Amino acid sequence: MSSTKYILGVFDDPDDLMHGIDKLQKNSVSIYDVYSPCPIHGIDAKLGIKDSRLGYAAFMFGCLGGSIMFSMVYYMLTHDWPINIGGKNFFPIPNFVPVTFEWTVLWTAFGMTFTFFFATHLFPGRAPRVMDLRATNDKFILAIDARINGAHDDITNLLKEAGAVEVKHNERKYVSYE
Amino acid sequence: MSSHSESIIREPLITGKNITYSQITDDVLRPVENMPGKAWWIGFSVASLGAMLWVVAISYTFWFGLGEWGLNKTVGWAWDITGFVWWVGIGHAGTLISAVLLLFRQNWRNSINRSAEAMTIFAVICAATYIAAHMGRPWMAAFCLPLPNQYGSLWVNWNSPLIWDVFAISTYFSVSLVFWYTGLLPDIATIRDRATGLRRRIYSVMSFGWTGSVKTWQRFETVSLILAGISTPLVLSVHTIVSMDFATSLEPGWHTTIFPPYFVAGAIFSGFAMVQTLLLVTRKVLGLENYITMFHIESMNKIILVTGSIVGVAYITEFFIAYYSGGEYEQYTFLNRFIGPYWWAGCMMYGCNVLMTQLMWSKKIRTNIAISWVLSIVVNIGMWFERFVIIVVSLHRDYIPSSWAMFYPTWVDVSVFIGSIGIFFTMFLLFLRVLPAVAMAEVKLILKSSSDQAKRKLIAEGHLDESHVDFYKKSLIKFDSVEQSDYEKV
Repeated sequence: MSSTKYILGVFDDPDDLMHGIDKLQKNSVSIYDVYSPCPIHGIDAKLGIKDSRLGYAAFMFGCLGGSIMFSMVYYMLTHDWPINIGGKNFFPIPNFVPVTFEWTVLWTAFGMTFTFFFATHLFPGRAPRVMDLRATNDKFILAIDARINGAHDDITNLLKEAGAVEVKHNERKYVSYE
Repeated sequence: MSSHSESIIREPLITGKNITYSQITDDVLRPVENMPGKAWWIGFSVASLGAMLWVVAISYTFWFGLGEWGLNKTVGWAWDITGFVWWVGIGHAGTLISAVLLLFRQNWRNSINRSAEAMTIFAVICAATYIAAHMGRPWMAAFCLPLPNQYGSLWVNWNSPLIWDVFAISTYFSVSLVFWYTGLLPDIATIRDRATGLRRRIYSVMSFGWTGSVKTWQRFETVSLILAGISTPLVLSVHTIVSMDFATSLEPGWHTTIFPPYFVAGAIFSGFAMVQTLLLVTRKVLGLENYITMFHIESMNKIILVTGSIVGVAYITEFFIAYYSGGEYEQYTFLNRFIGPYWWAGCMMYGCNVLMTQLMWSKKIRTNIAISWVLSIVVNIGMWFERFVIIVVSLHRDYIPSSWAMFYPTWVDVSVFIGSIGIFFTMFLLFLRVLPAVAMAEVKLILKSSSDQAKRKLIAEGHLDESHVDFYKKSLIKFDSVEQSDYEKV
């Protein structure tokens, strides 16, 4: 058994990479992941990755933030210390709108972004798990798990045919720990 | 899809002949990966001198109290709130560019959003310094917050726009910061993967371990879109609430219902002018002409023209309503802007904001870099005077003529203002030095569809309508980064 852990197809052009995915999928090669310097539109559908559910998180955080602020202002202004301002209503809902809106936005933004960081394992000091250092610069990297896919030479040829400028057989998964 | 090619009649967003993905990285990271040039050092020295002046003036204020400012019994609000509103207004363009233009799918935002957002954050910091400064005792700032206390608890007054403003500005600042930093992660990862040693360690921590995998990008785009969606009403709410600080008062010249839209338009107007001031210099000094092209400059000038005209309409409306309302105090306040002792401030306000921006109707002026730069500064001066006129000129002659007074700034007032400009430029110059001024990932995204070289390839393939190609070539004449002679052969 070969000691190759991951096969990387290095592409110059995202369209060639998409072409490469088609070819590999036609030959029942499973794809581990793709690393790119910019988003490639349409690739998630091709790789069968489900839509992000962060929108639901955002909505719920927004509702939470708005409710907290509204209840807080209600408690302070109407319940705990009502102020008589020329006999006006003790429960002036229009005056609650600006701060309730601000906190809805604040909680949506922070809740959603931190959910994103949490789900994607992004935090300050996280060791970057990078397979090829050029993936954040100018190369589009298609990674294939070599242990669950046989016929490594065939995969190499398929990648080359699709337009890969380089195919690497890596014996370790990440290069960024060196 | 990245293979999607754009209509030929759209102007290119990236010019230059051999722009590759790595070329974009190299061009954008040049100032980050190399020692800065002479221009940067000169700018940084001047800016940090200004920042030091701010430290001196603010320390002086805190030590001796607000009596060191030129405020008097009649004019109790002057340069501090003028400076505050001016900076908050400037801070509106960044989020407008990154949020509203994203929702409208304006791809030209991609190469200017990063520096505009940075500018937003620094401008809001400058604005926040005024809030802390005008308290005189900054440790009392906690009283803005609804914290339990020994007086009962006596809560903040939730009916007051000033409290809404605390929440609006702090939300705006923190959401802008999150938006900006999330967008920076892929670009910080680019710097990290090219660096070695200590630099790599620092940028590695800052990059949060970004890898650029498919799922990360998918979530990143979702987050960007939703942040844009919530930032759009946010940016409108912020200056609406700032305007309510004035509009909910009983002061003639302040208590007008037109203030919210008028202030928002003015904020976008001054914000774009500041972006223009900064970017016209930045693109030249950092050599980013291929990414911040004449199309970007002209588009920003068009937004300045539109928002400047909205502001103009608002001015006329104010005058008309003052006349039509029949309120004599209201009428006097507006007449006083031209015939009172502050007539020169009124002329600066209306002249710089309305008359000068109307020059932008001419394409020659919109595409002339030197004139655009001067006009952007004129707009910034005009917008400062707008706030001065609204605030000081409305206040200085109130209902009782015996208490009429003039406002004379002291050296402390002037130094706090000049110092805040110094702080702003110090932060902006440091930003240019350590972080990429252009969002590389987003520019790479449009390289294959919207660049001049992609369009040139389409022309070379020869399936296009001849008249469209001619239209495209004509649109390139204004670009200073395109060699016209290259097109004679095509």
